[in-house]
Amino acid sequence: MPFFTPGQDPGPDFAELLRRSAVAGPALTEPIGPELRIPHGTTVVAVRYLDGVVLAGDRRATSGNLISHRSIEKVFPADQHSGVAIAGAAGPAIEMVKLFQLQLEHYEKVEGAALSLEGKANQLGQMVRNHLPAAMQGLAVVPLFAGFDVRRGVGRLFQYDVTGGRYEEHEIATTGSGSLHAGTVLKLGWREDLERDPTVDLALTALFTAADEDSATGGPDLIRGIYPVVATITADGFRRVADAELEERSRRLLDEFEARQPRRNGGEATR
Amino acid sequence: MSMPFYVAPEQVMKDRADYARKGIARGRSLVALIAAPGILICAENPSNTLRKVSEIYDRIAFGGVGKYNEFDQLRIAGVRHADLKGFNFSREDVDARSLANQYAQILGQIFTHEMKPMEVEILVAEVGHGSTGDQLFHILYDGTVMDETDFSVLGGDADTIAQRLKESWRPDVTLAEALGIAAAALAGPERTLGADDLEVALLSRDGERRAFRRLADADVASMLASLPPAATPVDPTGATEPTAAPEADDTPDS
Repeated sequence: MPFFTPGQDPGPDFAELLRRSAVAGPALTEPIGPELRIPHGTTVVAVRYLDGVVLAGDRRATSGNLISHRSIEKVFPADQHSGVAIAGAAGPAIEMVKLFQLQLEHYEKVEGAALSLEGKANQLGQMVRNHLPAAMQGLAVVPLFAGFDVRRGVGRLFQYDVTGGRYEEHEIATTGSGSLHAGTVLKLGWREDLERDPTVDLALTALFTAADEDSATGGPDLIRGIYPVVATITADGFRRVADAELEERSRRLLDEFEARQPRRNGGEATR
Repeated sequence: MSMPFYVAPEQVMKDRADYARKGIARGRSLVALIAAPGILICAENPSNTLRKVSEIYDRIAFGGVGKYNEFDQLRIAGVRHADLKGFNFSREDVDARSLANQYAQILGQIFTHEMKPMEVEILVAEVGHGSTGDQLFHILYDGTVMDETDFSVLGGDADTIAQRLKESWRPDVTLAEALGIAAAALAGPERTLGADDLEVALLSRDGERRAFRRLADADVASMLASLPPAATPVDPTGATEPTAAPEADDTPDS
């Protein structure tokens, strides 16, 4: 059982406790070459709306030009009132999320009170910053953090860069290879008075458009029943949107998309 | 040159045990009891910020009586142990039994090797997945571990309170009934304890990953008020008991 003298005590910091308990893995010494095909996760988006935020991510992980996973999840609850979505090298990213979740819970248990949303966002920034050496060797991880600030009563979004730079966004935030296209769709569709349902549709449209333009982003897969992971975070907490609802919304989105296609081959719609 | 006096080891241990027991008897007691919705832990604690009951892990709670800084140190060590174990292995591998053994090792070590024993008694409770599998480990200042069923009482007055609980505890009581039983047992026939005097938490069976719920004073007050007056005091037999709570002369079974 870990006991520390006052000067050595890691306090409520779980990552520091891990270092002091000497269970952290060895650092990389060489850059990861292209021959080692590490799975990478791609597009994730966050949108603020009236009651909080919507956090969504596609389900594809790619290793170079290959699809390594069709149903990877990139959107996770961080704690009761916040969530984290990841893009970048999948292994270290999922490990970072696991450590981040535990960090928040550990702090809450040791201190007897949860961190502020701002504190959580800074904490994640530090974790990204600590990951910089690995990022320089080809294992970059770039998360999005979104949550409901219970002290202020609003949803808030945070975007990061690979150096741990933390940028608060007020309307939308995106990261990953398809973020350019997804971001454009969100930017055009965002309004001040968005309710939950149109926001979920907007996030799905953004991911669909990204998948349309970026080979590393996966679209809705009606045949296998794989849909983006979408979650809402409000005063009631982190809620994952059910697959049945996502299926219905994705089908409607695809029908609308189909209806917009120009008719080719002498007026016969192509199937 | 001074020669140290010879003191028999029995005497050393007895002195230390007396010292620890005296320290513990100065504080107020805590009870945990198994109820239908989970394990209710109820401590007499007028403070709203210095906690005696807290969360260790998904299904595990901690209770401490005695010297606050000492059991709080043990609480934090327990949280660290559990979080490290869950991170290195899996969340399912964190269990109360192993945690209780770790605590016993530390308390035993400190009792025999340090200048002063810890003036604490602690509880490690784990709620089971179904209606069974609940565990209550009661650990004494010298590292004695007791695996208790139905209910557990910590603190100076433990024997008297345990006697009251033995009369009033029933299986499958509701949350409010359990709270009434716990509050009445802690208070005894002479006093009544209100929501302000109690710190109450539940290790819930509701299936959430984190089972620990702290009950707010308002909820405790309304639950206590909802009980019929007859349910609050213990059996009429309780009234015939000697009213003066004896000082902690209970010898630990070590």
